[in-house]
Amino acid sequence: MVGFTLDEDQKQIQDMMNKFAANELRPIARDCDENSELPEEIMEKAWELGFCPTMIPEKYGGYEMGRSAVNSAIMVEELAWGDVSLSLGTLSPLLMMIPILEFGTEGQKEEWLPKFCGEKFFPATGALMEPRITFDPIKLHTTVDRDGDQVILNGTKCMVPLAQQAEHILVYASKDKGAGAASVEGIVVDKDTPGLTIGEREKNMGLNPLPLFPLTFKDCAVPKSRVVGDDQGIDYMRLLNLSRANLCAMAVGVSRASYEYARDYAKERIAFGEPIASRQAIAFMLAEAAMEVAGMRMLVWRAAWRLDRHEDATREATLAKMYCAEQTMKIVDYGVQILGGHGYIREHPVEMYFRNGRGFAAMEGLATG
Amino acid sequence: MIDFEVSEAAKVVQDMAHEIAEDAFRKIARYYDDHEHEFIKETDEIIKKMNMVGLQAMSALQEQGGKGSTILAMLRQEEYNWGDAGISLGATNLGLGNAAIFAVANEDQRNRFGTRYASMAITEPCCGSDTANIQATAKLDPETNEWILNGEKIFVTGGEHCELVVGWFSLDRSLGRAAIKSFVIEKGTPGMTVTKLEHKLGIKASDTAAIVFEDCRVPYENILGNPEIQPKKTTATGFKGAMKTFDATRPYVAIQAIGVARAALDFTKEKLEKEGYTFPYDLSQHELSVVQKAILDMEANLDAARLLIWKSAAMLDTGERNSLDASFGKAKAGRAATLVTQKCVELLGPLGYSREWLVEKWMRDCKITDIFEGTGQIQMLVIARTILGFNRDQLK
Repeated sequence: MVGFTLDEDQKQIQDMMNKFAANELRPIARDCDENSELPEEIMEKAWELGFCPTMIPEKYGGYEMGRSAVNSAIMVEELAWGDVSLSLGTLSPLLMMIPILEFGTEGQKEEWLPKFCGEKFFPATGALMEPRITFDPIKLHTTVDRDGDQVILNGTKCMVPLAQQAEHILVYASKDKGAGAASVEGIVVDKDTPGLTIGEREKNMGLNPLPLFPLTFKDCAVPKSRVVGDDQGIDYMRLLNLSRANLCAMAVGVSRASYEYARDYAKERIAFGEPIASRQAIAFMLAEAAMEVAGMRMLVWRAAWRLDRHEDATREATLAKMYCAEQTMKIVDYGVQILGGHGYIREHPVEMYFRNGRGFAAMEGLATG
Repeated sequence: MIDFEVSEAAKVVQDMAHEIAEDAFRKIARYYDDHEHEFIKETDEIIKKMNMVGLQAMSALQEQGGKGSTILAMLRQEEYNWGDAGISLGATNLGLGNAAIFAVANEDQRNRFGTRYASMAITEPCCGSDTANIQATAKLDPETNEWILNGEKIFVTGGEHCELVVGWFSLDRSLGRAAIKSFVIEKGTPGMTVTKLEHKLGIKASDTAAIVFEDCRVPYENILGNPEIQPKKTTATGFKGAMKTFDATRPYVAIQAIGVARAALDFTKEKLEKEGYTFPYDLSQHELSVVQKAILDMEANLDAARLLIWKSAAMLDTGERNSLDASFGKAKAGRAATLVTQKCVELLGPLGYSREWLVEKWMRDCKITDIFEGTGQIQMLVIARTILGFNRDQLK
């Protein structure tokens, strides 16, 4: 029956993540952005929150507390409200964990899942995006070919989080270049595999603290046992939709961060004898931002809810992505605008939200949960 | 719990409402658009059918453990307005005045007024958004214990065919909003005259009336709520109470917009599909045609608006204060629906402009949804004041 109230568990998650975001992420966000740094300390602190083992069944060493895309959305909204880049960094192991949890063979689950339940941060990641203007996540150009008891990878990837640090990378490739979702497989590749070259760290408009890398595969041979789900494979659309739901939740988080900051600033900033928030031009931007944050969140939750019921969520996730990308850009733009010249300086966080917010339209597969 | 599931029982209600919308409303939609002010002779028949749906809704409500009555209402309202917004407003037996009576009437008043169709008369030539500034007055005659009402109201929805009018009058204009009270006036009371029926852009099947009060006398007991003027205190039955009524009715008004817009979008997709257009959800942004992107954008905006309205409706069901969310829903719906209906006419080329199809009418009908029951700009103002914690003096 239709309802939108958080239950006790969800309120706790929200509260816990909000506190972590406020106390741990926000205080270091600006410095990390200036220095393009992802401190090991924050990765370990986030690891202690335990969101990996929480989702993993006991028999693989986890706490088996259940998994929910809706709860994930609630969690990552708060983390992204703290800082998008640091959040993506701490969440990158999920890029490998989720596909194995959902679609791995028993052997693969036994081999990999326990690694996500250890005391220390387990660096793992996923590679989905490819460096071309017309990149379409459903029609991948990176290919995977069968060769006896091996598979051979060819192609290029970009925006791979923590690739240098990760020991294993879950790579998405197509059995038939440019064909659709049914042709896509996920392959766990070890970092030092011959044929895999990790390029120089990328420089982007935003996400500065997050180390992102390009990858090149040239006749990169990997044991067939590394194909997730073996012959059964993966439901790539489901994984893509899970990623979209999470990324959109993060878009809601950064939008909310921008709007709240601008709102509080506008109440204090005096011009023409009164706070600028007393002028409709400013007040209406804030009202629109508040309204759209609420609207975006509904579309995100709806997509996540369907995913939790294992229903096809392509329509809902696509609409959410389109809507959230557009509204987020508008809201983070308002954030800078409301602060005027001060919004343009790298002191207030709004210019950072602006740079980070623009990414959501292009980002795919950078988050999942 | 976060749940988007419409129960099977609720779907039955929705389907029933949709059938009426398709069979009864659509068939007569163009006729009453072409014959403004003609009495809708199908009214009784329509009310009978809607009552059946109402009964089905009661049964669904029971199946849902008594929960979710407002969402059930949202489902029906969207379908009726998908059918025709004008007929929905015109061929009805419940109005905004009924909501006010329901909210603040005492036992005696409930018995006397029952569920006779009651319109709401607030707006005046001088004041629409600026409701606190209304000039109509109510003076007590201590000898006869009657209120004497004077003033002119305009834009009264259902003002012609209603049986009761709930009107806002001031007991003392110098005391501002605290002195504004509502009064129930029965049709036929001397001194109350419907002076004009408006000619409108859309929702022509809904009678919109101007009503003049000239020394109109009503019994003392016809005042709704507390007759005392309490300037410093905000009372549950005074102006603030009236505003609270609007929080409760706002989702109903907002969902009208969604219904009309969805009619336009459904129709437009159907027509475009006949021309060979497809609307898959898995095309990349570089592959989407302008038309495909337009349709997807409209879907996303309508879905977001609908969900915001449902959230405010669900809050009514759980007894939570929903002012901010109700304003989100109304603001988003008014704006999104207006843009959707306009875009749909555009996408259908010259045929979209023709009166052969209903889509041009839906664009005209839809425009009012961003205006009545609080314009989109007032909604923005309400939202802004709430999120800023500003009062009327701090943000104008």
